[in-house]
Parts: sequence; structure tokens; C-alpha cells
Amino acid sequence: MSPNLSALLYLGASLCFILSLRGLSSPESSRRGNFYGILGMAIAIITTLLGDVILGFETIFGGLLIGGALGALIAHRIKMTALPQLVAAFHSLVGLAAVCVAAAALYAPSSFGIGGMEGIKTAALIEMGLGTAIGAITFTGSVIAFLKLQGLVGSKPLTYPGQHFVNAGLLVGIFFFIYQLSVTGEFDAFWILTGLSLLLGVLLILPIGGADMPVIVSMLNSYSGWAACGIGFTLQNHLLIITGALVGASGAILSYIMCKGMNRSIFNVILGGFGGDASQGSSTNAAEDDRPVKQGSAEDAAFLMKNARSVIIVPGYGMAVAQAQHALREMVDVLKAHKVKVRFAIHPVAGRMPGHMNVLLAEASIPYEDVLELDEINRDFSSTDVAFVIGANDVTNPAAKTDPKSPIYGMPILDVERAGTVLFVKRSMASGYAGVQNELFYRDNTMMLFGDAKKVCEKILKAME
Amino acid sequence: MAFSNEITQQVQIILTDPSLIESTVDAVDPFITGLTVFILACFVGYYVVWRVTPALHSPLMAVTNAISSVIIVGALVAAGSDVFDFSKAMGFIAVTLASVNIFGGFMVTHRMLHMFKKK
Repeated sequence: MSPNLSALLYLGASLCFILSLRGLSSPESSRRGNFYGILGMAIAIITTLLGDVILGFETIFGGLLIGGALGALIAHRIKMTALPQLVAAFHSLVGLAAVCVAAAALYAPSSFGIGGMEGIKTAALIEMGLGTAIGAITFTGSVIAFLKLQGLVGSKPLTYPGQHFVNAGLLVGIFFFIYQLSVTGEFDAFWILTGLSLLLGVLLILPIGGADMPVIVSMLNSYSGWAACGIGFTLQNHLLIITGALVGASGAILSYIMCKGMNRSIFNVILGGFGGDASQGSSTNAAEDDRPVKQGSAEDAAFLMKNARSVIIVPGYGMAVAQAQHALREMVDVLKAHKVKVRFAIHPVAGRMPGHMNVLLAEASIPYEDVLELDEINRDFSSTDVAFVIGANDVTNPAAKTDPKSPIYGMPILDVERAGTVLFVKRSMASGYAGVQNELFYRDNTMMLFGDAKKVCEKILKAME
Repeated sequence: MAFSNEITQQVQIILTDPSLIESTVDAVDPFITGLTVFILACFVGYYVVWRVTPALHSPLMAVTNAISSVIIVGALVAAGSDVFDFSKAMGFIAVTLASVNIFGGFMVTHRMLHMFKKK
């Protein structure tokens, strides 16, 4: 196949990828979008296989077969609640693959057509270095994010004195060895660079707490794109550059949306340590802890909701942990049968990845028209009889609006306190991720329903019938 | 005769030394072409991704993850060489990893999007 023809086919594949993202603008067109993605990938792979540089196919098909079978198996088996950690794990693979491709290109530049008589060009080496560094950071960073989301490493932020200096030092080291690599083209510089980047990936993500993971997962998503871009520049492959830029932009936008949802800057998130200082939060709020809270039973909740005209449900990570979405759906079905208007309000950072709640609710067959974003529904709380908060806390805390000293001050919140009655499904009185007590718990129109989210829903359901 | 010999010699030198060819031919550096493509693609990505509905942000992540595995294109070249060396081994690993992602990513996206079907 001529280089021109394959470049044109790569262009076609790039267009497919753009259409694939375009398809996600609405649920109706989204499945077509996914199909475009698959088509683009098929074009890309077949075009490459038909190129003149592919001389042996055994290794390739071996890899495709093993990897493909493994990927298909994982995708088939995975529970929807485990989605965030799955995505993190997948990111790590892209990162590692980028490092491998860079190493392959460094050791055999001629098969990639980038090695002239004087070895690889300086510019190509810089791009390779950058791609490798980002890839390696993506790899270990995603592994740590995966371990945290899976609960194999504590989700509490892990901090130690001087960590910012260590990270800054590592970053300087990485740039130094990229420079070394570009000047000398030596393998040693490449491997030291890779090692430092792997270490930086671990140290960057360890200090970041569990609830900041939506930002981190989006950020790593973005990184995996930039890594592909770097490799694309090295290999002078426009398909890689375009796709990398698309993915990079997507991850960056998601990170931005998540940060805005918490009113924090991306630097504040990356520097880490947020929510770890629980002692501070509890000492300032110690006096409030003695105030009485109104505790309700499942029967009370069932009565309140059945007699309401409209109910807004606010799900949070607690719903995902308890896998309460199906029980919740059954509860909603009964309410709807009683002519109650039921809608869902999703905070941008609810759950552990962007759109986490939407997927879980969709899994439970809740129609997506009933699931609304913060901007769309926040005004309706004042005309709502019951707000049912299940497994969420900080995103409803009015301190974000009233208390400038609070760590969550300025964060957009769902105004559940405006509803006639607020029902909180929680396991205990413990404060949320930000370590701040939620004063809503002590209000007259609030009723606490203590227990596991799923069990509470099942009890309410029973009480309704 | 001596003069023409000298020219032939000069031409020979220019043709054999790639760095000299570059300085004599005023073509656009491939890096600049790549940069053009890159920046335009960033803009396309920016506008396309902002139009994605927030409800589908999880599938967006899964699908971008799958398509970023297009890095397999580079891995295939390395894995397809005729000599078994370090580069080919790296290529094999990268092909395997990227395949996990491609199949896993698209299939998980499909599963997710299937749940968003109108009932």
C-alpha cells in the first residue's frame, strides 16, 4: 500500500473517531457513535497491517488474540459499580503501551522510518521523551488510582512532609533526562527517564483522596491522550496526533468540569491532601455534635413520600457502594404508581467518575429523561415536597454558600434544604469527605434514615406496599 | 572537464549527506505539519466534547480510552518486524495491552450505552 493511500485511510479513521465523540451528544445517537469508534479503529489497524513494514504476522495476531480475549472477558464480566476502577485500569494500559512503543522505536528506528544516517533526529527524540514520560506517569498513576478505587489502598490521602519538593525534583530530573536523550540518543537516558516518570506517577496520585478521584481519573484520561500525541509526533503519524489530541482535550474538559463542580482549582486537587485533616473539622464542629437530630423510620419515609406530589432523589457515592440503584428503582416505581412526580438530581462530582450516577441509574432502567443535572433542577427544590438524599452529603451542605471558612465554601450545591422535607439516607452521622459537618442534619424539616442505602430502600418499599 | 568533475563531486556530497539536503531544499519541517494537525485537532476535540451531554460522561471516558489505544498502530509496526529483537518484544507487549483496551473499552461502552436505550 502506498504511503499516500495509507495516510488517506488514516484520515478516514480520524474522522470516524471525531464522529464517535460527536455521537455522544445525545443518548439516541450514542450507539452509532460507538460504532464509528470501532470502525475507525478497524480501519487504522487494517491499514497498518497492509503496510510494507509489516513482515511477520504471528506476533501481531498473538498479541491481538490474547489482548482481545482478555479485554472482551473483562468488559463482559465487570459490574457497573466497578466502572471507575476499570476505567483507571484501562488508562494504565494505554500509558504502558505508549512507553513500550517509544522503547521499540528507540531500539529499532529504521523499521519506523525515523532513523536517518545519524540516528533519530533531535526533535523526534524530544517528542519521544515527552511521550514516554507522560505515558509512564499515566501508567503508575492509574495503577494507584485503580488500587484506591478498588479499596486495595486506603482512599485517605497519603501525605508526608516535603512531598511537593520531591515531586518538583523528580519533574526537573525528567526534563533533564529528556534533554540528555535528545542530545545523546542513549538508551540509559531513556530508561532513567522512564524510571523517574514511573515514580512520579505513584507519588502524584498517592496523596489524593478518594472523592477527588473523578478529577484524577479524568486527568489520567487526558494524559493517556497526550502520551499518544507524543508518540504520534515521534512517528510522524497524524492519526495518532489527532486521536491523542481528541482524547487529551476530552480528559482536560472533564477535569475542568469536575473541578468547577467542587469550586477548586486543578492545582489544588493535584497537590493533594484535601479532606485528610479530619481532626481539624471535628474540633470546630464538636459543639454541634450534641444537638438533637430527628431520626425517622422506613414507615415515616414511606408515608411522607407516598403523600407527596413531587420527590427529588439525590444519589451519591453511598448509593454506588451499597448497590442500591435497583432497590431504589423499585421504590420509584411504586411512587410513580401513586402519581408522585419523581426526578433525580445529579451533582457534577457525585460518585467516583464523571457521569457515574447516570450510568448506575440507567443500569437500573431509570429513564434518562428523569435524571437531571444540577443547573436543570436546582430551582425546583423549593416547589418539591420531599428531597430524598441517598448516600450523598457534601454536595448538599449549605455551608458551601454561607460559611466562608468552610473548606467547601463556593462549591455549587444542590439546594435540598428548600424542599418541604429532607430525608437523608446515611449509615451514620459521620461527616462527608471534606470533613465538614452538615448542619442540614439538625434542621427541623430533616429526617435521618440510618442504615445501608439498599436496605433502607427495601424497607421503605415494604412499608409502602 | 575538471570543472564538471568538481560539480559532480559536490552533487555527490550533497546527495550523500542528508543534513545538507535538508538545508538546500526549503520544505516544511514535518514537525510543523504535525503541529498544525495537532492544534486543529485540539480545537475540534474542544468543541465536540463540550457538546457531549453530561449524562454520557462515563461512556465518553470509556470510548476515549478505547480510541486512545490507536497507539497500537505504532505497536504493530514494531511487532511486525522480521527479526526477533527487543523492539519486537516491546511491540508484542504493546499490541497485547492496546488490544485489551480496544476490545474492553468498546465493549464496556456498548454495555453502558445499551442501558441508556429508551424503554
